Amino acid sequence: MSEQTQTGELAAQAHAAHGDEHAQGHGHNVSYGTYFLVWLGLVALTAVTVTIAGIHLGSLTLITAMLIAAVKTTLVGYHFMHLKYDNVIIKVFVLVCLVIFLTFWILTFSDLSFR
Amino acid sequence: MANGSLANEVSYLEYQGKHKGIMGWLLSVDHKRIGLMYLMGIMIFFFVAMTLGVMMRLEMLTPGETIMKPQTYNSVFTLHGVIMVFLFIIPAIPAVFGNFMLPIQIGAKDVAFPRLNLFSWYLYMVGAILAIVSLFIGDGPADTGWTFYVPYSIRSAQNVSITTMAAFVLGFSSIVTGLNFVVTIHRLRAPGMTWFRMPLFVWGLYATSWIQVLATPVIGITLALIMLERFMGVGVFDPALGGDPILYQHLFWIYSHPAVYIMILPAMGVVSEILPTFSRKDIFGYKQIAISSLGIALIGYLVWGHHMFVSGMSDTSRIVFSLLTFLVAIPTGVKIFNWVATLYKASIKFSAPLYYVLGFIFIFSIGGLTGLVLGALATDIHVTDTYFVVAHFHYVMFGGMGIMFFATMHYWFPKVFGKMYNEKLAIVACTVIIIGFNTLYFPMFIMGYMGMPRRYYDYLPQFQGWHILSTVGSWILVSGIVFMFGNLFYALLKGPKASMNPWGGTTLEWKVPSPPPLENFDEIPIVTGGPYVHDKATYIMYPSKEGINANGGVKTVNQEAAL
Amino acid sequence: MTEHSEVMHQGESHGGAHVHRDDEGSKMAMWLFLFTELLLFGGLFLLYGAYRFEYADGFKVAAADMNSFIGAVNTIILLTSSLSVALSIAAMQRSQKKLALGMLWFTILCGIAFLINKYFEWSHEIHNGIYPGGPALENMSNGEVLYFGLYYVMTGLHGLHVIIGLIFISVIMVFISRDKITSTNFQKLENAGLYWHLVDVIWIFLFPLFYLLH
Ligand code: HEM
Ligand SMILES: [Cu+2]
Repeated sequence: MSEQTQTGELAAQAHAAHGDEHAQGHGHNVSYGTYFLVWLGLVALTAVTVTIAGIHLGSLTLITAMLIAAVKTTLVGYHFMHLKYDNVIIKVFVLVCLVIFLTFWILTFSDLSFR
Repeated sequence: MANGSLANEVSYLEYQGKHKGIMGWLLSVDHKRIGLMYLMGIMIFFFVAMTLGVMMRLEMLTPGETIMKPQTYNSVFTLHGVIMVFLFIIPAIPAVFGNFMLPIQIGAKDVAFPRLNLFSWYLYMVGAILAIVSLFIGDGPADTGWTFYVPYSIRSAQNVSITTMAAFVLGFSSIVTGLNFVVTIHRLRAPGMTWFRMPLFVWGLYATSWIQVLATPVIGITLALIMLERFMGVGVFDPALGGDPILYQHLFWIYSHPAVYIMILPAMGVVSEILPTFSRKDIFGYKQIAISSLGIALIGYLVWGHHMFVSGMSDTSRIVFSLLTFLVAIPTGVKIFNWVATLYKASIKFSAPLYYVLGFIFIFSIGGLTGLVLGALATDIHVTDTYFVVAHFHYVMFGGMGIMFFATMHYWFPKVFGKMYNEKLAIVACTVIIIGFNTLYFPMFIMGYMGMPRRYYDYLPQFQGWHILSTVGSWILVSGIVFMFGNLFYALLKGPKASMNPWGGTTLEWKVPSPPPLENFDEIPIVTGGPYVHDKATYIMYPSKEGINANGGVKTVNQEAAL
Repeated sequence: MTEHSEVMHQGESHGGAHVHRDDEGSKMAMWLFLFTELLLFGGLFLLYGAYRFEYADGFKVAAADMNSFIGAVNTIILLTSSLSVALSIAAMQRSQKKLALGMLWFTILCGIAFLINKYFEWSHEIHNGIYPGGPALENMSNGEVLYFGLYYVMTGLHGLHVIIGLIFISVIMVFISRDKITSTNFQKLENAGLYWHLVDVIWIFLFPLFYLLH
């Protein structure tokens, strides 16, 4: 590829980055029905947590409750917050944030649980 | 000169917009003006805190009371620490020079959110005013140390709440700047400015900004809890209510250790700018340096416990944190080796900024090596809470980041103000500063090793010799600093005009006039090569004049730019 | 954080002022802001975890006092409001302005209902002397005191976020009614939605931690 065409492309990209408002990746048109389904799932999971909390599972109670909350969060994040349709970079951001948050927990508990 | 037409542009300093005079600054959303407003604030507060530091040293000239009572001393070191950390060193390089240079270096006209940028400056000022106000109202300024450890910070009758409030607001300001920079770097790079063509200063800022976003909120909530405990007696940390003060220390250092990388990463970024410029060759190991910034930021999250070895936390955790602490040496070592390799066989031009950088490398190495003593569990226990620690953190924070701030001022002064300073005098000032610095702080290592505790206004007579030496050092250091600023001020008023590129720099800021015009570029430039290429042009400053059609072509490369 | 990325206001001197819009950047900023919120609450969650670990029994006793029915109702309310925000965005994309506004009205009603519930809950506890320094709290064990300390701080901070979210959504509704937000330009609405969902997510964790685990 000649130097000239390459820079031509670069210029085009300059333009793309600065104008061109409608090509801004709002391609997803989720049906209302999907959202209702997600909501139903969330409500069902809430019912499940409340029920499970009633049964005495001992130390499992906390774990199941947190797992269910995590599943609910994933549903909200993925569908309601549109992570499903977002660029990879946003997903990576979320992952980085969660990993950092997790390390706070692990290292703090490296103190608490061995005291 | 190819870019001659640029010289006719009105510079950002002279530009008259909607608002005239001082309002033209206070309401300006121009990243360069905001950077300079930060510079104003930061310099004022640096001088305030420096005065406090010198007063402390005067107090330590003789045992017993010299110029102040113990309570005053406690307040003075607290305020000195708070101002130096939250008002000077954390915002210094990112908020001043990051703001000024980041958009130019990536070929953008401004940051992504200019108004948000101005907002963060106002937050900074509000925080600063709160910190100063705490001096004059109520029962006097906080006396807890800048760490605000509970339970004392809950019980102290002094104005702790206002000071924590100040730190809280300043944290918010720092978050806003970080957020703005991350988006700017992702979204506003000029065409062709791929990730690995960004100047290393930008990489430093990028890593820093992530820490600002992902660590600062933790201290925000922690300080807010102190206020809640003081005002409403909510039981969270108070041991009388079952609270666990060690948890406070965890939360405090979860932020405050990464914060030291907020301080140093931008400084290291500037080192990576100055070295290739004055070595007149490409930097050695570009990618490693870039990635090591991210590595340092990441590992920085894993080591906070090394501040808590004697707090009573579990043995397991002490060993884990001690081990993890040593990991930081790896990415830091990568940087140092690459810097030295850049200097190797280079045609070095000894200019003022380079002098400061060499001073930095010397002092920072001492700071880093003594950091190993503090990171190793066994040795830390002997010197923790002594002057050894005080010496160590001044070596890394002041000698590392502070001196690099001075270097940065000298490096970008011609660009920012369009004036040139007297280089000989700058080098003299640098020498005085380095001598004064070591006279002031090196004796503290020795005293600390001998057992002189920190945060005391009094001491045993056997330490007096060292204390006198240290106090004399503070006078030398301050003379050097005043002299340095005097030289720069004189240049500002009377200095000769600086050319567009006085050092022969290769990054984009040297391709625009000094001082830069309002929107930096007439046309967004196109980048065709790496940042430190000396022997050929890697930027097309006027794509349209070169006949490059801005409307044609395909979008392929945009995929990467969109990241 | 609804900052619009115009690059410069004073750009008039340059002839064509290049007001450019960058939805992706605006979304990115919103997500970064959400991370800061997450870590703000994160510090509190960490404290909760630590104290629950240290005072497991006290926490269980204290949690038994909570009315898990109100908690569950509030959970459903917030989940439903999350749905309505999501629907509002979908409606906006289809240019159904009325529907979008209606959905936001519904969201605001849900938010207010949530706050009213919270108000009754708090006043009930305060009435019973359970508040920092209150008479009932003085006789409780350390674990219970810490539980209620965290309860007030965490639900209080969450309530504050609900209020901020409501204001955010109201502003967005003004924008929609003035056609500043359209089917091709709705990132601000999307950002308000993101914020609201985050408030929901935090409640998803607060609910079991404070109401169920006894
Ligand atoms: C200008 C010259 C400076 C002098 C003369 C000075 C002197 C001192 C002295 C005497 C102490 C108290 C030691 C003690 O009794 O424990 C101190 C503490 C401290 N200094 Fe400096 N310092 C200077 C600059 C700086 C800079 C640039 C920083 C910025 C990072 C800094 C950060 C701190 C901190 C964080 C503390 C600890 C405060 C505390 O114990 O809470 N200092 N300094
Ligand atoms: Cu540290």
